[in-house]
Amino acid sequence: MTDAYVFDAVRTPRGKGKSDGGLHEITPVQLATQVLEAIRDRNALDTSKVDDVAMGVVSPVGEQGAVITRTAVLNAGYAETTAGIQVNRFCASGLEAVNIAAAKVKAGEADLTIGGGVESMSRVPMGSDGGAWPVDPAVAFRTYFVPQGISADLIATKYGFSRDDVDAYSVESHKRAARSWKEGRFKKSIVPVKDVMGAEILAKDETIRPDTDMQALGALAPSFAMLGENFGFNSVALQKYPEVEKINHVHHAGNSSGIVDGAAAVLIGSKETGAKLGLKPRVRIVSMASVGAEPTIMLTGPEFAAQKALKRAGMTKDDIDLWELNEAFASVVLRFMQALDIDHSEINVNGGAIAMGHPLGATGAMVFGTMVDELERSGKSTALITLCIGAGMGTATIIERV
Amino acid sequence: MSDQALTVEIDADGIALATIDLKGQSMNVWNEALLKEFAAFVDRLCEDDAIKGAVITSGKASGFLAGADLRMLGSGGVGGGASTPKETFDRLFNLNAMLRKLETSGKPAKKLISGEASAKPVAAAVNGLALGGGLELVLACHYRVCADDPKIQLGVPEVKVGLLPGGGGTQRLPRLAGLQNAALIATQGNPIDPATAKGFGVIQEIAPAGEIVTKAKAWVKANPKAAQPWDRQGFKYPGGSGPTHPAALQFHMASNAMAQRETQHNYPAVQYILSCIYEGSVVPFDTAIRIESKYFGKLLMSPQARNMIRTLFINKQAAEKGEQRPKSVEKSKIKKVGVLGAGMMGAGIAYVTAKGGMDVVLLDRDLKYAEKGKAYSAGIVGKGVARGKVSKEKGDELLARIKPTTDYNDLKDVDMIIEAVFEDPDIKADVIRKTEAVIGDKIIFASNTSTLPISGLAKNSERPEQFIGVHFFSPVDKMPLVEIIPGDKSGDRALAAALDYVGMIKKTPIVVKDTRGFYTNRVVPPYLNEAMLMVKEGVSPALIENAAKMLGMPVGPLALVDETSLELGKRVMESTKKELGKDYKPSGVEDLFNVMVDKLGRLGRKSGGGFYDYPADGKKSLWKGVSDYFPLAKNQPSADEVKERILYAQLIPAAQCFADGIVSDPQSADLGAIFGWGFAPWTGGPMSYIDTIGIDAFVRKAESLAQKYGARFNPPQKFRDMAERKETLYKAA
Repeated sequence: MTDAYVFDAVRTPRGKGKSDGGLHEITPVQLATQVLEAIRDRNALDTSKVDDVAMGVVSPVGEQGAVITRTAVLNAGYAETTAGIQVNRFCASGLEAVNIAAAKVKAGEADLTIGGGVESMSRVPMGSDGGAWPVDPAVAFRTYFVPQGISADLIATKYGFSRDDVDAYSVESHKRAARSWKEGRFKKSIVPVKDVMGAEILAKDETIRPDTDMQALGALAPSFAMLGENFGFNSVALQKYPEVEKINHVHHAGNSSGIVDGAAAVLIGSKETGAKLGLKPRVRIVSMASVGAEPTIMLTGPEFAAQKALKRAGMTKDDIDLWELNEAFASVVLRFMQALDIDHSEINVNGGAIAMGHPLGATGAMVFGTMVDELERSGKSTALITLCIGAGMGTATIIERV
Repeated sequence: MSDQALTVEIDADGIALATIDLKGQSMNVWNEALLKEFAAFVDRLCEDDAIKGAVITSGKASGFLAGADLRMLGSGGVGGGASTPKETFDRLFNLNAMLRKLETSGKPAKKLISGEASAKPVAAAVNGLALGGGLELVLACHYRVCADDPKIQLGVPEVKVGLLPGGGGTQRLPRLAGLQNAALIATQGNPIDPATAKGFGVIQEIAPAGEIVTKAKAWVKANPKAAQPWDRQGFKYPGGSGPTHPAALQFHMASNAMAQRETQHNYPAVQYILSCIYEGSVVPFDTAIRIESKYFGKLLMSPQARNMIRTLFINKQAAEKGEQRPKSVEKSKIKKVGVLGAGMMGAGIAYVTAKGGMDVVLLDRDLKYAEKGKAYSAGIVGKGVARGKVSKEKGDELLARIKPTTDYNDLKDVDMIIEAVFEDPDIKADVIRKTEAVIGDKIIFASNTSTLPISGLAKNSERPEQFIGVHFFSPVDKMPLVEIIPGDKSGDRALAAALDYVGMIKKTPIVVKDTRGFYTNRVVPPYLNEAMLMVKEGVSPALIENAAKMLGMPVGPLALVDETSLELGKRVMESTKKELGKDYKPSGVEDLFNVMVDKLGRLGRKSGGGFYDYPADGKKSLWKGVSDYFPLAKNQPSADEVKERILYAQLIPAAQCFADGIVSDPQSADLGAIFGWGFAPWTGGPMSYIDTIGIDAFVRKAESLAQKYGARFNPPQKFRDMAERKETLYKAA
């Protein structure tokens, strides 16, 4: 089977996902367009060589609907022959899109592909696409649906993470993100977003609070206590986890991923195609895996996805130098570290979504790019990228620096 | 047209007045006769050009229509008799199809919506309660006038017996009242009054009872071309609908979770009602009622509704009407009751007796205690008045019926005695003698006790044939069951009077044999012991409590132990040991009692802590310290294993009581379990549960539990024999 290599990775800065956010006036198709343009322009790419573009998007309705990827491909002025596909695997959509792009190369279906993702959460709010799972009683009852915040609090309760534990994790995320910006660790892949007049509108992630501390976070009220207690979700969770007496609500806006806008793209291809086009391979895709896990606790999938990816690669956890797990909620990362016995110094070394935000469809491709840069910066060899996923799934990818 | 159930008169304006009046019945219900005659009427309404419209009313003062005859459903008459899903559906859809025809005059929805066609106007004149299929008939009318009596109950209570409103109720209610109101009405099953119903759009007009038919006719005359809102262009649900409507999405998410919290996944009817409301909200009406009939059929094809109807409706009513009453004895006239002892039980008994319309002489040794006993009633009445549940006058009347006293002479003209003094044989003996000295020689003496044998107490009586036991549960005003315990000399008149009295206070009686613990207190201690044994084994207390709730118990067993106090549990255990002597089998929780009661003084809620801590400013939480004495096991059982132990710890002693004749029939065993200690109502009771899984399966499961956990799980021999003979507990199971 052909090996898939990564030649380039770009992302937009992340703008606060509200009407006063830095990217709110930029349409999602523009965000996607600008990262595709950057991939083309940075690599002097003959776009007729790009077979397919896969992009994650979690609320594919309204202006994010109707296969936004193909629209962006056309809008970016790529060759008409470049196809586009929209990918939805909830929070891991961006990584899944990268994996699909890589898989096409590995399978010999394509020579050169782009994986990426886009989400303008300020313009197309989360949940805009409805869905049967939470709404249809037949399904919600059968699968013990609870919202993710309840799942995150359940993880904290079941695995023994206190409010202080999750807040301390959050403080560190902001510190690391701020340091990374200060040291220019994201410089290689950041593509500032331009407005309709061509002026730069956002060049830096917008939601990092370098000075946040335990006291500041301690003042925030738990976000999911009322939802859990008044609307029955705690009871639903306990019916699935009856060994838990009551749910300790520890998560709040300050230790959960932020709602932001952004896009990312990763250029992938075979070694031969890269050589022909003068593209330098940066990392090799070693293995990829997606897996389902218990849907009520929902966010424990990364543990199993990571193990699956390691197994497929014939590796063990000790073969991995750097870990990247999307910071959907602090407890998700703490549980992953606990389950796989990973030291905090080896995971999310440049901060994560708690500090910088989680543009749903794009995040997976963003953190993928972060790991490509970090392997090169640190001189380390291997990294495993994974995300927790709605409805109880996990997706993981292992990469190796070339 | 035959007129067994329906009469039709057509007036000069061509308006047909259809009056529902079931011959020989006290209340209108949907039965075979009415279904047939009403269908014929709807056909005639559609076909006869001389009929311009219709008004539907009831000829009974007792109400409009009380729903389907549950006996017809419970015996499998509608759904259960059919064999395939299709046959079941075809039968069940009849009612929906008929009501749909009533509101469309048989015209296609498309033509109504486009305005090409219209329906003949139909109005309902609702003179009294309209429940279930009765309200569904009302909702299928274009215009709905209700009499201005706030006591009129309008509702769809089907959920209470494990069913759903299968005559379009799950579709018309949300289209009129919005998703949330409809879900509340249909999933809780509680009736609403006319004013509330008008606010919801369930009815449009409230008028004096004498004018409802006139008002309904006037509307029919003024509106010759009718169509329901959902058969008109641009119809929208009040408040919105569908999976992407923000408010509807939030409602569905929350109602799904809240319903799971309330039902613990034990009542499919609640989910099916929500499914009907959700699935029906995104399709046209004609599709929606097909979906409803299919969910209805799914419920009728399962045993749960049959079990719930049988126990919670048919057998409960029968018991309350005096099924076990000796028929030869004339109905007792009880106007005045002497309640002896004004402690917690006596005070509660005085309240329910006065509430039942009887005068009460509440006697205690000290007037202070007697008055305190009456103050208990004043407290309940005061709360009721404050919440608007009772009028001030009614409350005052109730309180005026209770006379606190210390004077035995005040008992001389009472019609019955309920004795509820301290559970001490000597004190009881003294009170019996003093009372019999003053009361009339025909007066029935009922003794409330939970532990003392009645035949023993009766030895203190000069008239043991007039002496009987009644066992109330605490708190008396809330607990629905009363065990009636004839002693070996109690006569028919005593039994009849006790049952008549329980009927008057609107509680549910079962007759049980005079034996230690009677029925309920022979089952509850082993159940609670099982929970404590699990604590001892290191099963997580949270798992025990949650598993019990998941099984359908109203509270966890450890919480219940805390309520009744560990001290009492210990005392009962010790007295049982004393009574049984060498026959006593150790319960296995002796050391747990020793630690909790003697060593730690954790006696339960009243002492500030037991298995739980009770912080003054918050909710109770499980006391973590228990694991210092009984460490948590490394490998915890599954919730299903814990549920099974909790279930069989009740099933086995309940079955043993039936086998030993302590309860004489499965009906009483089921009623006593559900209304006595809150045994999971979804099962229809322990005997219904055993019948449903099959006695053979019950015996095999019990045997496997006995092997794993101990001989206490061995099934009674009688059940082994019945399994052998392939018998069932209920005859027509």
